[in-house]
Amino acid sequence: MVGVKKTIRFFIMLIAFSTAFLGWSNEETGHHSKEDNGAIDDPVEVNEYIKHHLKDSHYFTFYSSGDHHYGFALPVIIWTSNGLKTFMASEFHHDENGEVIVEKGDVKLAMIHGKIYELEEGASEVEFNEEHHPHNAHTVLDFSITKSVVGMLLAAILLFLGFGALAKGYKKGPIPTGFARVLEPLVIYVRDEIARPNIGEKKYKRFMPYLLTVFFFIWILNLVGLTPLGFNVTGQIAVTFCLALFTFFITQFVGNKDYWKHIFWMPGVPWPMKIILAPIEVLGMFTKPFSLMIRLFANMTAGHFVVMSLIALMILLKNQFGAVGSTSISLILALFISVIEILVAFLQAFIFTMLSALFIGAAVEEHDHH
Amino acid sequence: MDQLLNDFSPGLFFMQAIILLILIFLLGKFAWKPILKSLDDREEGIKDALEAAKKAREEMENLQADNEKMLAEARAERDVMLKEAREIKDKMIADAKEAASAQGAAILEQAKAEIESEKRSALAELKTQVASLSLEIAQKVVKDELSDNAKQMKQVEKMLDEVTLN
Repeated sequence: MVGVKKTIRFFIMLIAFSTAFLGWSNEETGHHSKEDNGAIDDPVEVNEYIKHHLKDSHYFTFYSSGDHHYGFALPVIIWTSNGLKTFMASEFHHDENGEVIVEKGDVKLAMIHGKIYELEEGASEVEFNEEHHPHNAHTVLDFSITKSVVGMLLAAILLFLGFGALAKGYKKGPIPTGFARVLEPLVIYVRDEIARPNIGEKKYKRFMPYLLTVFFFIWILNLVGLTPLGFNVTGQIAVTFCLALFTFFITQFVGNKDYWKHIFWMPGVPWPMKIILAPIEVLGMFTKPFSLMIRLFANMTAGHFVVMSLIALMILLKNQFGAVGSTSISLILALFISVIEILVAFLQAFIFTMLSALFIGAAVEEHDHH
Repeated sequence: MDQLLNDFSPGLFFMQAIILLILIFLLGKFAWKPILKSLDDREEGIKDALEAAKKAREEMENLQADNEKMLAEARAERDVMLKEAREIKDKMIADAKEAASAQGAAILEQAKAEIESEKRSALAELKTQVASLSLEIAQKVVKDELSDNAKQMKQVEKMLDEVTLN
């Protein structure tokens, strides 16, 4: 137990120190810079700022003031037309408009709205069409350690530390001590409230590793998203898509004869209904995980959006209510929503795991023959 | 929707898939499996302990019932034995009484028979004595008849007086 405490303290210290030492500033002109020295103080800028922060990033920024960004750049790993390229994102100098061209061997790369584009052969700078899409560059496969990947790795480390300690604790005795005592009821909760009732007493054990991992993974990522570190991992559609895809594949692979029969030839209804029901059920196969993906993504994105918008009220209402008034309004509302978000963080992890268990349970269920 | 598709990063998806797979595998091996096993073991242990306690209680109750049964049996056996003893005692007394009266009767009978035989032998002896006495008298009478008639008569009378039949 003392070991876990020490490790957690160590990580907090590490993060704090890295902020202090790795902080760098960028003197280049960012796209926020206007005549007001890059201050974000009107609704359009706030909206853009929030949207920008909901996206994944190649930088880990803790604080930015005008064009000064405090944080560190993350490694870029991309697959270009000329093979794998790795470098630090700092080479883009915080440019997001495709103005800084990074040359790696034969390929010219530019960062446009958080995405890395590879310029077509012969082009020397990015040209935009009317819709502000680059027309002489294409995206590359981006396996970078982005901010979301860092978040996931952090969650993975926390999971290992916490549950590794819990597992180790059982070697000393049947009753866990210290922090593990908090984790144990959560594991029992997932087992007894999610897996057992939905999958069934006989078969639930096979799916426990998946359900437990997904539950705690989503929950920790949701909670990490509420910290000022600014992660929005579960608000990335790619992440929720991946999670939903796992549930989808597990459901299809473990589905028994009855499951497929209920999809393609629904028992107990007249045959014309069977023909009508089959396409609906096939569609249902895909809509179920799709709803999982959208629900988690939308809830977490909306949560972040609301919290950030309420914080932005502090700036936007300054003229109407004065500095103290707008700050208190913003603080109270943001605090209120944050408390709800803590609940939502748990709720979304619960719902995702619960529905996954439900879908898996339906796929492995033994039906009484009607 | 367009925005969503545009925001979708295949690279992030790939990284997430890899991380999740590794996480499920490693956590499954080093955390979930031992944790769930320990939980199961503990629950099994508690269940076993409860069952054992219940069983012990049942056994205790059985034992108590057995004890009571044995006690009742012992009591019944004692009663039977007492009854038997009483019967034996009564029978022995009755037998003894019977034997005693029978023996008494036998002794009485024997005594009567002895008396009878004694009487008979006494009578027989008397008869022989009477006979010999008669013979003596006759002898003397005959002798005296030859000497003096009167005297003889007197003698006879005298002797006859002497002889009294008892």
